[in-house]
Amino acid sequence: MTYLAKPRIHHPSLPKNALGFTHRDYEGAISTLCAGCGHDSISSAIIQAFFELDVAPHRVAKLSGIGCSSKTPTYFLGHSHGFNSVHGRMPSVLTGAALANRDLIYLGVSGDGDSASIGIGQFAHVMRRGVNMVYIVENNGVYGLTKGQFSATADKGSKSKRGVINSDEPIDLAMLALTLGATFVARGFSGDKEQLIPLIKAAVMHRGAAFIDVVSPCVAFNNHAGSTKSYDYVREHNDAVNRLDFISSRDEITTSYAPGETRSVTLHDGGTVRLHKLNTDYDPSDRVGAMSFIESRRAAGEVVTGLLYLHPDSTDMHDALETVAAPLNALTDADLVPGNGALAAVNASLR
Amino acid sequence: MSPPVRINDFVVKFANVNGSGSASANGLFAKAVLRMGVPVAARNIFPSNIQGLPTWYEVRVVEDGWRGRRGGVDLMVAMNPQTWEKDVAEVDAGGYLFYDSTKPLPPSRFRDDVTSLGIPLTGICNAEYTDARQRQLFKNIIYLGALSAFLDIDPAEIEKLFGEQYKGKEALLESNRKAFRMGRDYALAHFECPLPIRVKRSNRVGDRIFIDGNSAAALGSVYGGATVAAWYPITPSSSLAEAFMSYCRKFRTDPVTKQKRYAILQAEDELASIGMVIGAAWNGARAFTTTSGPGVSLMQEFLGLAYFAEIPVVLFDVQRGSPSTGMPTRTQQADLLSCAYASHGDTKHVLLLPEDPTESFAFAAQAFDLADRLQTPIFVMLDLDIGMQDWLCEPFAWDDSRRMDRGKIMTAADLDAGRDFGRYLDVEGDGIPYRTYPGTHPTKGSYFTRGTTKDRYARYTEEGVAYVDNMQRLLRKFDTAKALVPAPVIRKAAKPTRSGVIWFGSTGAAMAEALAALELDGIHVDQMRLRGFPFADAVHEFIAAHDRIFLVEQNRDAQMKALLVNECGVDPARLISVLHYDGTPITARFITREIAEKARLFNVTPLRRVAP
Repeated sequence: MTYLAKPRIHHPSLPKNALGFTHRDYEGAISTLCAGCGHDSISSAIIQAFFELDVAPHRVAKLSGIGCSSKTPTYFLGHSHGFNSVHGRMPSVLTGAALANRDLIYLGVSGDGDSASIGIGQFAHVMRRGVNMVYIVENNGVYGLTKGQFSATADKGSKSKRGVINSDEPIDLAMLALTLGATFVARGFSGDKEQLIPLIKAAVMHRGAAFIDVVSPCVAFNNHAGSTKSYDYVREHNDAVNRLDFISSRDEITTSYAPGETRSVTLHDGGTVRLHKLNTDYDPSDRVGAMSFIESRRAAGEVVTGLLYLHPDSTDMHDALETVAAPLNALTDADLVPGNGALAAVNASLR
Repeated sequence: MSPPVRINDFVVKFANVNGSGSASANGLFAKAVLRMGVPVAARNIFPSNIQGLPTWYEVRVVEDGWRGRRGGVDLMVAMNPQTWEKDVAEVDAGGYLFYDSTKPLPPSRFRDDVTSLGIPLTGICNAEYTDARQRQLFKNIIYLGALSAFLDIDPAEIEKLFGEQYKGKEALLESNRKAFRMGRDYALAHFECPLPIRVKRSNRVGDRIFIDGNSAAALGSVYGGATVAAWYPITPSSSLAEAFMSYCRKFRTDPVTKQKRYAILQAEDELASIGMVIGAAWNGARAFTTTSGPGVSLMQEFLGLAYFAEIPVVLFDVQRGSPSTGMPTRTQQADLLSCAYASHGDTKHVLLLPEDPTESFAFAAQAFDLADRLQTPIFVMLDLDIGMQDWLCEPFAWDDSRRMDRGKIMTAADLDAGRDFGRYLDVEGDGIPYRTYPGTHPTKGSYFTRGTTKDRYARYTEEGVAYVDNMQRLLRKFDTAKALVPAPVIRKAAKPTRSGVIWFGSTGAAMAEALAALELDGIHVDQMRLRGFPFADAVHEFIAAHDRIFLVEQNRDAQMKALLVNECGVDPARLISVLHYDGTPITARFITREIAEKARLFNVTPLRRVAP
């Protein structure tokens, strides 16, 4: 992290979007995460996505749970209201917020501990309900703030910094979202903004539950011998070791690749994720096909990223509830209170 | 010698099998008595079961209008063979046992001091109906007919009720009428009717209404402007959410578009319920959840967040009995401490304590104003007795000039005018800060809501000074609440006394009767009914003005006493607990006996007025 405050003034020639806002208007406070943390790259992608989308920052509500990832809403969209709720329960708070005012954009930010462990119940139900939101999980497979315990998305057989072998099957949140009826499901990589920014933009524009699982390396707690994600392991098993410089310099990792390719990317913790860019003939409107594809690639040790599924004609929770077009929080006494005459009739019916 | 005639003062108890359709007939019975201008106090005593277990419905016909259970039974309608022995044993000596005599029972199953009234209900039904369900349902209506003869209930009132219930369903109306007549005619032909216990038309009901507290609280929430409800089914609170749905459908459907001016979600659990309510309230909608003790336990973490982040949520706790699953269909007032101090760390919450459905309506509506005004969770503490029983109570009232009090909201115009916005800044000295709704202004007034500590401008800090500053402000805010919650109702005894009695909630049903009985015994006590927490100054003053105070509660651990001792610094020895916690509603007989005994122990006698 840096201790230098961002200057308030900026160059007059900074590009502006259609609303006249500059990139700076979408930024937040300085990050207090570790230098080079993948989460900061995601924050940056979120900033860029909203800037490019010409969304007024204050029309976004950003909500999170607890953990490293859930701290990040402080670091982007500083003019948006934010809500850092309790561990694993962001989905319910977001659902309630969405009920109150259907006119805002809801951005939920969570982590693999927050969503796949303590919050898996709420994760499941917020997808089922089709809440109109973008739900981003910043997935590093590890508990950072409590210093390196496995999360529920950690690979089976991987080794923790303390030497413990993970014997549990990993939870694939994207697969889960698919089975639970999310109408937009994607997976990104924090080191690949070229891919991630368009995914976020598409998710914002999507109506209904949009989920993005973003693989986001933890630089602090997985860089040890014996881990399937350690630097040494990757160097011995993968030619991605050439990216060593990124790790030592604590810079952001970025990757670029053309569609149709499969390639290995060394993560900050030294682990390797094989990113498989989706085939050009992949059909993201085929939910069952998507699930089958993801599982078959996982069996081959690959992680599928990109837009996995998009329901062409999605609806959301408000459609299902048949609520009025006006936000519920804007309704007045005249809209809501039946008055004394109606009450007299109720009284009469109870005698 | 025939027993003395007792008019409008007796208890009828129906012993039924759960799921047999008896509730409807029993409800008609109570309503018919009410239509004759005679007050009733009615209670369902039911198991946690859908079908098959025993269930009872008790109707106290009471000219004097007492609302509690009396204790004892004058006429048992024994329709459940499973509970026969117990039901027969429960009848007061000189009372009546009405039963189905289709299958002969040996004399040993009856009592000599109880008059048996046997009617072959099953036999009549089997002769009349072929369908099994009809046989069961009409049996209930047949016994209702017989009861109308036994107790001199005007058959026209019941037929009128049939007419209202089966409006537009002529076939059903006619078949019910017929069954009713069969029972009535049989009783008239075979017994001397009416019995010495009987109903006589009166005018003691007035304009009062007959309704349960959960429906009342739901309607109060509609009037209070609630637009979001999130809940998870749990007895005895589920009917509150369901009543809210039904009232909203009626009152909140847009007449043109047919769209809804409300959103109700059945959440996946209580954690999600309260989370949704917090999210909605944070975003400027009036929102509530309804639950019972186990749900409150599950919500503890979120309640701490709502307290600390100052989110205006409303929570209805329809209290049931016991820790754990306990007695889900029984009543207690045993969640006081788990609500008043809900969550970890230093927390205190506002409680409202309605005594009946009328107050459940009023307090529900008020709870939303209080939540917005105080920006904190408001607990409306019902219990099963209030929530799920039909009460004869004052009609609901509403002032059309009343407007929602949304509390301290800073608008875009305020921000543009340059007003200083600190989310946790105490501007007026009452401890209540201003808030902005999300999306208010493009560049001003946004803030980060969090459970972590923060300064007056909502900036994250773990500085001790900032923490203490904030916690002290929360105490000031709690102090402000004292004057905003419903004030206690205080009544002086007929004669000067140094003794007092305090009660709250559903205990009020039995209290008025108990106090009248105590007064007849020469025991005079000044009276205070608590209606809110934190305690108003009047509560402190009342306690200070008396040497000893009887504190009547429906829990084991004297939870209200703990609150009073803790919050008012009262010497515990001055608060003498009267505790009832077996899951049945407290009775006047119990209170009278307990207070009379304890009063003797403490030598409470009316004070002689000292000459000035």
